[in-house]
Amino acid sequence: MNALKPLFTGRAFVIAVPLVFLLLFFLFPFFIVGKISVSEMDNVVFKDVLTYTDGVLSLALRFNNYIFITEDALYFKTYLASVKYAAATTVLCLLIGYPFAYFMARAKPTQQPALLMLVMLPFWTSFLLRVYAWRGLLTEGGWVADTLIALGLDQLLYSLGLISTPGKLMHTPFSLVLGMTYSYLPFMILPLFGNLAKMDLRLLEAAADLGATPWTAFWKITVPLSKAGIIAGSMLVFIPCVGEFVIPELLGGPETLMIGRVLWDEFFSNNDWPMASSVAVVMVLLIIVPLAIFNKYQAEAQERAR
Amino acid sequence: MAQTSGAAAQPAFLQIQDVVKDFGGFKAVNNVSLDIAKGEIFALLGSSGCGKSTLLRMLAGFDTPTSGRIILNGQDLATLPPFQRPMNMMFQSYALFPHLTVWQNIAFGLQRESLPKAQVAEQVEAMLKLVQLGKFAQRKPHQLSGGQQQRVALARSLAKQPQMLLLDEPLGALDKKLREETQIELVNIIEQVGVTCVMVTHDQEEAMTMASRIAIMSEGRFLQVGAPGDIYETPATRFVADFIGNVNLMEGTLDSDQADHCLIGCADCRHYVGHGITGTEGMAVTVALRPEKITLGKDKPAGERGGFNQVQGTVKEMSYFGSFTVFHLQLASGARLKVSMANTQRHRDEDITWGDSVWAHWSESAHVVLTQ
Repeated sequence: MNALKPLFTGRAFVIAVPLVFLLLFFLFPFFIVGKISVSEMDNVVFKDVLTYTDGVLSLALRFNNYIFITEDALYFKTYLASVKYAAATTVLCLLIGYPFAYFMARAKPTQQPALLMLVMLPFWTSFLLRVYAWRGLLTEGGWVADTLIALGLDQLLYSLGLISTPGKLMHTPFSLVLGMTYSYLPFMILPLFGNLAKMDLRLLEAAADLGATPWTAFWKITVPLSKAGIIAGSMLVFIPCVGEFVIPELLGGPETLMIGRVLWDEFFSNNDWPMASSVAVVMVLLIIVPLAIFNKYQAEAQERAR
Repeated sequence: MAQTSGAAAQPAFLQIQDVVKDFGGFKAVNNVSLDIAKGEIFALLGSSGCGKSTLLRMLAGFDTPTSGRIILNGQDLATLPPFQRPMNMMFQSYALFPHLTVWQNIAFGLQRESLPKAQVAEQVEAMLKLVQLGKFAQRKPHQLSGGQQQRVALARSLAKQPQMLLLDEPLGALDKKLREETQIELVNIIEQVGVTCVMVTHDQEEAMTMASRIAIMSEGRFLQVGAPGDIYETPATRFVADFIGNVNLMEGTLDSDQADHCLIGCADCRHYVGHGITGTEGMAVTVALRPEKITLGKDKPAGERGGFNQVQGTVKEMSYFGSFTVFHLQLASGARLKVSMANTQRHRDEDITWGDSVWAHWSESAHVVLTQ
């Protein structure tokens, strides 16, 4: 319609930069991983999918890695365990992070930058060090472990099945989820804070005026209106937790085998890159893709509601 | 017009007694008292920052008075949180819940009382019918026009059949044409329901058309409380005269004060006022003259009792408003006089235009003499 429209407007350029970045560094590598997952191992290296020998162009796609994943219960169990621990972490982050974000958002505007700084302060120390520090706190003789045991909380954790032996907190589902919750909490708080700080407080006055107690107003107004923040925070915690490797490695134990560990083993112990790639592809397709689609619909619903 | 406050045998429906709201040394509301009768539509009128919204918020319970009492129907509201007060508020910009449908918005208050579902539904339907929004019940607020949102807000605040309805700038978010239509519609609905109503507005036209009584507020105090006509025709102070409508204020001295008339001398003219005032001769007074009570002509008028109530001036400005024209006359002293003339004919025989020297005159009952 508009023949004079320039080919590269500023708007197109601004969108193009992140798009090209994502294509180059996310989509393209993912295709490489996909390609490796259907390649055949030849001793220590894998063969090309597409080969040309003696005038014959042959495309060989080996799907037996995928078949193996469905046959060996180990993979199914570790996927399930990953989702389970990631979900537990997400719920805990939400339970701790929501009140935190709520009071931050309702604090005096002059205090908010300081509170925000406190949330981000842990990022100033290396992630690895912070996770390592928990080992010291949770092993026998660590003061956190001693306190929990002195309070008898290890018995409670034991009865909940979160630790296998009373008095021993390290290398258990408990220490794993604790470490993941601790590490990912800021990723829950920040989007929730952003959402709650924007909320129109007159809506709460309106709710109170119509007879809602503060508690009812919170559940009927604040929580539904912060849905976008809850979803964003949960995604930011859940998705990286599913594929988490470092925290299970440092704080987890034999019972807490997660998919990240399986990936590591396939890559570096078995040196089976096609198998490792298959595991990664399945993880993306089974977990990330459904979540991404869900997220997209949520975002669209939010957009419509504006 | 519900002006029953004179009958003091029974305490008024709403009593505001010596209410003060102190925000860290700043008195937003400074010792106001007011009685409002049942069924009245009462307007708090003032410019922004005059304390009218703070007073309304204290009625709703969002702010607590620093001192003083608010009594509704014999019950002191001091200890009641907003969610227990038998009054509902229609918020400025409505504060409709964006995640709920029109139906759910209106039902919100009713559902808080754990009424049977059928009763809630019945009441919501009645409210939808009252504001004629039946077919929009399942829409979300953002899918409605400003006027429709305003009606949802009204329906929501009336749904619980409150003893008192509070309106915060009820029509502030609507454009002029819609506002005029809605003013009348809103009053009709309020009168149909029969709820006592306190509204806050900065728009004097809105206050005049909707309210049975108005309080003019400035700097946290009431300057004058009365029916719209009384406030317009007999303002108590210079501020009120100037605040409500257009007015010419002329400074003068009281030359003679008799039982049936008084004479006031100003820089440009002498006034014969057809009633006495309680003042001492020689005191400084202000004469307030509404522009529409002055008549213009090219010829020197016969004169009221020999030269009173008339002045000559030059037309400096003319503002044509369609139904009337406002002339700005420059008087001998340099003061300006505004005169408004209704355009009763399509073309005037005697056209007055820029630069013309004209005579303005007015009757002996046109003035208001202000001493404060």
